[in-house]
Amino acid sequence: MKPKVLVTGLGATTPVGGDVASTWDALLAGESGVRRIEADWAADLPVQIAAPVAVDPGEVLDRVEARTLDRSQQLALVAAREAWADAGLGAGSVPPERLAVVVASGIGGVLTLLAQYDVLKEKGARRVSPHTVPMLMPNGPAATVGLDLVARAGVHAPVSACASGAEAIGLALDLLRAGRADVVVAGGTEAAIHALPIAGFASMRALSTREGDPREASRPYDKARDGFVLGEGAAVLVLETEEHARARGARVYAELAGAGMSADAHHVAAPEPTGAGAARAVELALRDADLSPAEVAHVNAHATSTPLGDVAEAAALRTALGDAAGGICVTATKSCTGHLLGAAGALEAIVTVLSLHNRTVPPTRNLDDPDDDVQLDVVRFEPRALPEGAAALSNSFGFGGHNVTLAFKAV
Amino acid sequence: MSQQEILAELAQIVNEIAGVPVGDISPEKSFLDDLDVDSLSMVEIATAAEDKFGIRIPDDDLKNLKTVGDAVNYIERAGVSV
Repeated sequence: MKPKVLVTGLGATTPVGGDVASTWDALLAGESGVRRIEADWAADLPVQIAAPVAVDPGEVLDRVEARTLDRSQQLALVAAREAWADAGLGAGSVPPERLAVVVASGIGGVLTLLAQYDVLKEKGARRVSPHTVPMLMPNGPAATVGLDLVARAGVHAPVSACASGAEAIGLALDLLRAGRADVVVAGGTEAAIHALPIAGFASMRALSTREGDPREASRPYDKARDGFVLGEGAAVLVLETEEHARARGARVYAELAGAGMSADAHHVAAPEPTGAGAARAVELALRDADLSPAEVAHVNAHATSTPLGDVAEAAALRTALGDAAGGICVTATKSCTGHLLGAAGALEAIVTVLSLHNRTVPPTRNLDDPDDDVQLDVVRFEPRALPEGAAALSNSFGFGGHNVTLAFKAV
Repeated sequence: MSQQEILAELAQIVNEIAGVPVGDISPEKSFLDDLDVDSLSMVEIATAAEDKFGIRIPDDDLKNLKTVGDAVNYIERAGVSV
């Protein structure tokens, strides 16, 4: 029998809050973290809106500590320390050989890479920082957290674009079930608000070009949606075997009951239109968690606000959940936060866990005119209550055709 | 530039890059063992010192600069032009 895995600590720094509590309150109120980029570098871009973190990591971290960390590493460190403290853990609470870290990033240290390329061109090779490589490598955030918490059971960084954060949590579940660690600190981080990533996503026609109030640009499931909004941030969970959590009397938010992963093998960036791969991830997560569709009360959707992706996911949910789909309430966190890429799946896992723990689902913002093709009960305008003892899913999909579904149960 | 002046400027650089309090930086201190300056930060300090003092510190020389005093003497001998 698989050992149960419990969620015992949460940490996040997001476009709507500098920690989990402020993020949760903002989501319940349907607040948006999207704003206009006023910096000069954005002046000539086809898209000039983004969702930067509400609290700059430079305000939280020691200056010297921060200067050798890429912004994605800084954000991960802020979230990991919050999660660790929230779990009631301190220095040396877990033997290093039984503590693992799985912290993902979709893009890695792209801000460092681009800044140091400018140094190379303008000042020459000798002026390139010796910290460049540790700051730009995509496993850098995992390494930063592993060093800070002294984790020696393994430090991992799965990379699967916008599914990375969810895949990290799925990998953490595997590590705990396999007995390779008693505690895993898992999540995702991203800091890619810069002219080049924005230009690249804009050239794919993936970003919203909506005029007017930036807070209205991210509108999953709405008829007027026209692309996602690039966000940044980090989200980290402390996961433990039930045995370890109970032995130390830990406060438990929820059970991470299962994970399902699949790949489309359809197109490097476009979603498979029938949602077959996504549906398979949902089905695998249900099976892994020993859940029937009727036991699922809520889905935190990937729903990025792209015209194709949102309806493909809706089709996948209807396929995988069958007749039960109509009775399941769905929400799209990205309507408030924008798309945190490699951190999105981890942040939405936290929102799903809190929805179960608090028995309340935050609403989807900007859903004024629901798309007729969605055919799901999407929560809008006000939070929605959840029944006691419910189960919930969180979906994440990434360029490359990665599909990850996480299944949580209330405890 | 006197040795005292070089030490004061170098201490500012070490403080800026590695966060070591200026008051802790004295000639007998080892960068690695006493001030916890790792090899990557040492490269940064050397680059900043090159800019500050208008000198060049080749890698073969840098690896011999174990203490703050070693660095001050090296910079003095290298002929500070600033």
